[in-house]
Amino acid sequence: MQNAKGKMQHDRVRIRALAATLAMGGVFAFCILNFALREVAFAQHETAFDVEEGGRAFRNTCANCHGPDGNEIPGIDLGRGQFRRPMTDADLVRIIRTGIPNTPMPATNMSEEQASRIVAYLRSVAATKRTASVSGDATRGKSLYESKGNCASCHRVNGVGSRLGPDLSKIGQLRRAADLEQSLIDPAVEVLPTSRFYRVVTKNGTTITGRLLNIDTFTVQIMDPKEELRSFVKADLKEHGFAPTPMPSYKRTLSPQELADVVSYLVSLKGRPTP
Amino acid sequence: MKARLLMLAAVAVTVTTLHAQQVTFDRILHADKEPQNWLSYSGTPFNQRYSLLTQITPANVKNLQLQWIWQARSLEKFETTALVVNGVLYTVQAPNDIVALDAETGRPYWTFAYSPAPDARTCCGRVNRGLAILGDTLYMGTIDAHLLAIDAKSGEMLWNTTVAKSSERYSITMSPLIVKDKVIIGTAGGDGPIRGQIAAFDAKTGKELWRFFTIPGPGEPGNETWSGNSWMTGGAGVWNAGAYDPETNLTFFGTGNPAPDWDGRSRLGDNLYSDSVVAIDADTGKLKWHYQFTPHDELDYDSTQVPVLADVQFKGRPRKVMLWANRNGLMYVLDRTTGEFLLGRPYVKVNWMDGFDAKGRPQRVEGKVPTKEGTLIQPHVHGATNWAPPSFSPRTGWFYVAHWENSATVVTEGLSPRPAGVNPRQTTMGQVNLQPFFNNEDEAYGVVRAYDPNTLERKWEYRMSDITWGGVLSTASDLVFSGGKEGYFFALDARSGNLLWKAALGGQVNSGPMSYSVNGKQYITVAAGSSLFAFALPGDAR
Repeated sequence: MQNAKGKMQHDRVRIRALAATLAMGGVFAFCILNFALREVAFAQHETAFDVEEGGRAFRNTCANCHGPDGNEIPGIDLGRGQFRRPMTDADLVRIIRTGIPNTPMPATNMSEEQASRIVAYLRSVAATKRTASVSGDATRGKSLYESKGNCASCHRVNGVGSRLGPDLSKIGQLRRAADLEQSLIDPAVEVLPTSRFYRVVTKNGTTITGRLLNIDTFTVQIMDPKEELRSFVKADLKEHGFAPTPMPSYKRTLSPQELADVVSYLVSLKGRPTP
Repeated sequence: MKARLLMLAAVAVTVTTLHAQQVTFDRILHADKEPQNWLSYSGTPFNQRYSLLTQITPANVKNLQLQWIWQARSLEKFETTALVVNGVLYTVQAPNDIVALDAETGRPYWTFAYSPAPDARTCCGRVNRGLAILGDTLYMGTIDAHLLAIDAKSGEMLWNTTVAKSSERYSITMSPLIVKDKVIIGTAGGDGPIRGQIAAFDAKTGKELWRFFTIPGPGEPGNETWSGNSWMTGGAGVWNAGAYDPETNLTFFGTGNPAPDWDGRSRLGDNLYSDSVVAIDADTGKLKWHYQFTPHDELDYDSTQVPVLADVQFKGRPRKVMLWANRNGLMYVLDRTTGEFLLGRPYVKVNWMDGFDAKGRPQRVEGKVPTKEGTLIQPHVHGATNWAPPSFSPRTGWFYVAHWENSATVVTEGLSPRPAGVNPRQTTMGQVNLQPFFNNEDEAYGVVRAYDPNTLERKWEYRMSDITWGGVLSTASDLVFSGGKEGYFFALDARSGNLLWKAALGGQVNSGPMSYSVNGKQYITVAAGSSLFAFALPGDAR
């Protein structure tokens, strides 16, 4: 009995050792495969997430000087891949990270991966349409924004208008004309994370839909249509969930020329001057 | 589409009702009528840091429970007192990010991130003590000496104006003061060669309306109190909250030490208006009166404490007074309408003066200045208190101050202090923390004390082992809340000083507590370490 038990224990140890070896081998193989896949993915196939993150980083970090289309510095058109001398992706990543000495181009504290995402974004927009379909007039656009478009009922420019939708005071510094045109024609195609809407129904049946500011496992915070900051405990709600954007399409309410005018006005919004 | 149009219509209708919910200056002046909110740094422009909320009492305070914690992504000292407006809490993540939180859950609505200029320099930490609000706009001074206006609903920046140049060592760490349609703020940096300033800006546009220099220029009264050109770089920074009295339309600010700090040989004279309280007309920026607490200071006795205004019975008749527990170890009662010195006395051990003349000028004790050989100074260079906000309870009629007892041998080597003292670890400046230094607990300790403004006599004290930079909150249910560098936050009986409750928060309490309520539930908040803590009684008040 003692021997049989000892053999069984011995077998168990061998089986465990074999399993451990296989497991380690598996982990090793996975690491090699994963490393190889990551290399491939990193080199050739940026994901939609990479491009989106890159776009966000570009708007936050680069657009202030280079403009939303990347073409506001003479001789450089980032959105068209035009530089003062030929640049590989690796060159661009390096410059984003280390800057160019003795020029206004500063170094950043971005990782190589973060800088690569910006390059991926720039490559992705190079092939897209840049300007609105028709050239517009910003003065007419301002008038349309304030009257027929009724845009101030949801948007705010330099302290005038509602806060419920995105503040447009410096939208011309952040978004490309083509993107703005698309948002006017088909607003649901791309809703930025900061512009999502959320609907809650309280236990007494009151429905409140507002701009989503924060959400977690237990609570949700929104700006309601009265522009009040509201916080709800999910357990206190009858229903809650994401709501479609309230931004209407202006495809039928504005003519192509009027759309171009509004886009021109929006592109002209670069933030209010400092006192 | 129909739903969207309805929503658009709802927005259009409700935008017009917003004014009713805005924080008007009238609301700020009469914040005592809405104790659920906390609308300025110390509650009201009188800076009494007194809450009329009474749900938490001496009987039930032992049941206080933690409701939420908000952790700042900053390792700087958390010196901000939050504001609360209709259930939304606004605070600052050092140095200059603003966050809007749900005051019930601590969950974030938005964050405004600000990157100060790389040349921003502060003497004592990249900190911020608080915000101001008017209408639906928040105002914040930044460590690169800018004043920002931020939309309180969305966190969008409305304007950004330069108050002074950070490249010239100016910075801002104080909460702005709102008076009518103006935002008034001062510049810090007075441990370096600056010239202190207080400036008023149009709340809507950020346009500068007036500027008062805390050191008079040539031809102005007081300039003669500075030898040579020392007035140009004489310090006298302004870095703590001001007060406002609507009856006289006067604003009150404390001013900092003259520079250089510990060697006055290059700036002979009284050095006006350093170490003073200045009373400035809110409309014109003109000086109405001043009182200098420490003429020709060589001990870094900043007078940047928060001015506390109160209407009290003083020696048998009603007086409009200003209460001041000064870093120099003396406590004062001033007539805030005229600046008249009514009463002053030491509230800790003081050896640099031994009395006042008839006008309230301190009589210096000869030799009690920093020397190369070393001089025992009481209180030491860190003083008896610093910037932490005190409290006045109209119910008890007492003035509650967090401070400490300590002394140090102050030694200078040229313009700089150097280590000295019997204890080899003792510093010239005195100790920021006490425990590593004292040999018995009576030698040095932190303390919260209650004082009677009529006599400035001590009514009670609650001792701590270490210094406190925690402010004090009193409530209409006769509670006093405070904390200290040891990391305890506690509640005392406002009439006896007895300890009723305490919590170990695991980080220094370097901020003033405040109170608010949401949906009928009273909260007490305090910042400690890098976090903001909210306490309340258990259960749902709804």
